[in-house]
Amino acid sequence: MERLIRIAKYSSIVLITFTLMAGIAIPMVSAPQGFFEFPIIPGLEQKARNIFYHVPVAWTTVVAFLTSMFFGLRYLRSKNSEDDIRSVVAAGLGFLFCSLATITGSLWAKFNWGSFWNWDPRETSIFALLLIYGAYFALRSAIDEEERRAKLSAVYSAIAGLTVPFFIFVLPRLVGGLHPGAKGDPSGSGPVVQFKMAPNMLVVFFAGLIGYTLFFVWIFSVRVRVEQHLYHLSQKES
Amino acid sequence: MNTVSASIALFIKDVRSELRTRYALNALLMFVVTSVSTILFALRSEQPGAQTFAGMFWVVVFFTAMSGLSRSFVAEAERGTTLVLQLVADSSVVLAGKLLANCALTLLLTTAVTILYLIVFPNFAIISVDIFVLTLVLGSLGFASAGTLLAAIIAKANVRGTLYPVLAFPVLIPLLMTVMNATTLALDGAPLIDAVTDLQVMAGYILVMTGGSFLLFEYVWND
Repeated sequence: MERLIRIAKYSSIVLITFTLMAGIAIPMVSAPQGFFEFPIIPGLEQKARNIFYHVPVAWTTVVAFLTSMFFGLRYLRSKNSEDDIRSVVAAGLGFLFCSLATITGSLWAKFNWGSFWNWDPRETSIFALLLIYGAYFALRSAIDEEERRAKLSAVYSAIAGLTVPFFIFVLPRLVGGLHPGAKGDPSGSGPVVQFKMAPNMLVVFFAGLIGYTLFFVWIFSVRVRVEQHLYHLSQKES
Repeated sequence: MNTVSASIALFIKDVRSELRTRYALNALLMFVVTSVSTILFALRSEQPGAQTFAGMFWVVVFFTAMSGLSRSFVAEAERGTTLVLQLVADSSVVLAGKLLANCALTLLLTTAVTILYLIVFPNFAIISVDIFVLTLVLGSLGFASAGTLLAAIIAKANVRGTLYPVLAFPVLIPLLMTVMNATTLALDGAPLIDAVTDLQVMAGYILVMTGGSFLLFEYVWND
């Protein structure tokens, strides 16, 4: 386990550095030749570079939310306080990544669609996710008793998780949107966006996706260890 | 006593104890009247369109339902009857009974809001009655299905009143968006076929939330 986390740590550093450097430095030309030239995507131009940052961060938000829900549900069965610690840590990181995805997306929306916020289905979903995290932490701070807090917040994250399919699959088909894959998008509507990127862009993109996910794994394990020590210290004192 | 008759007995118990005091009913009806009057004051003689009407309609329903639904388990805790319920009934029976009571409550509330809107806003004309009635029924059941489990959670927390809408709102967003959409269609006089997707989403939401509540309620209810 220790070794795996060390591998995640170093590979995430390498992959994220590669994504940031390649994503910023590789020039965009209309007729790309070779690996070190990106094609220009009409309508996005230089702004397309945000795809290497915004999409992996948004993806990691989903990973963090599902991790938190998974350990919450595991707590309900095991009643093991370690699982509750993992669930909270994942929720905290999820909130961080959710904020980053909101900020990067909002900036991108300003320069591509003309305003910081348009209530596109995906913007609505990430807004709901921010509210869910807010409610989750408000609920946790409202309960003193440790076991009860763990149990009720796990139940809440599960019931909030039940709305996720509605946000991902149903909402984009009901309301027209601006993201690719929304209702009325000529490239075909659906929850999964077809990646119509040049092969070298795909390499950078997936390096980012894997890099940020491994970064989450690394920080998650560090934060879990910190919280475990704090928990045991507080147990000793009382 | 089997599960169904036990849940109905619990539902009748809730209705009876409510009718004895009429505490919640009176307060909630006054809540509806006050919030609709606020909207009247704000609008003066302005006559909004279908979309604004649909939005305002569900805003009133949302906040009234929040204050009504949050009481369902808190009332048991305040009366000190939680332990008795835990002793005499299975957790799924308690949830089913409370769910029935909350469905009745939200149906009553939406009906009251509709009647009041019809009286005070001459422009609030329901052209597609079929869409409107289906939306009202499914919306009420949706509110109750998501709200009952959250009410049970809130009854175990320290700050009850303020936290409930905070917890419920993100969970209710998909439902709120579809009911507002369908109500706009009903006020615009769209044919029933246009609202089928919205109604399907509402039905799916009710099924998912009710199923999830029955799976999770046991963990909230039994300490």
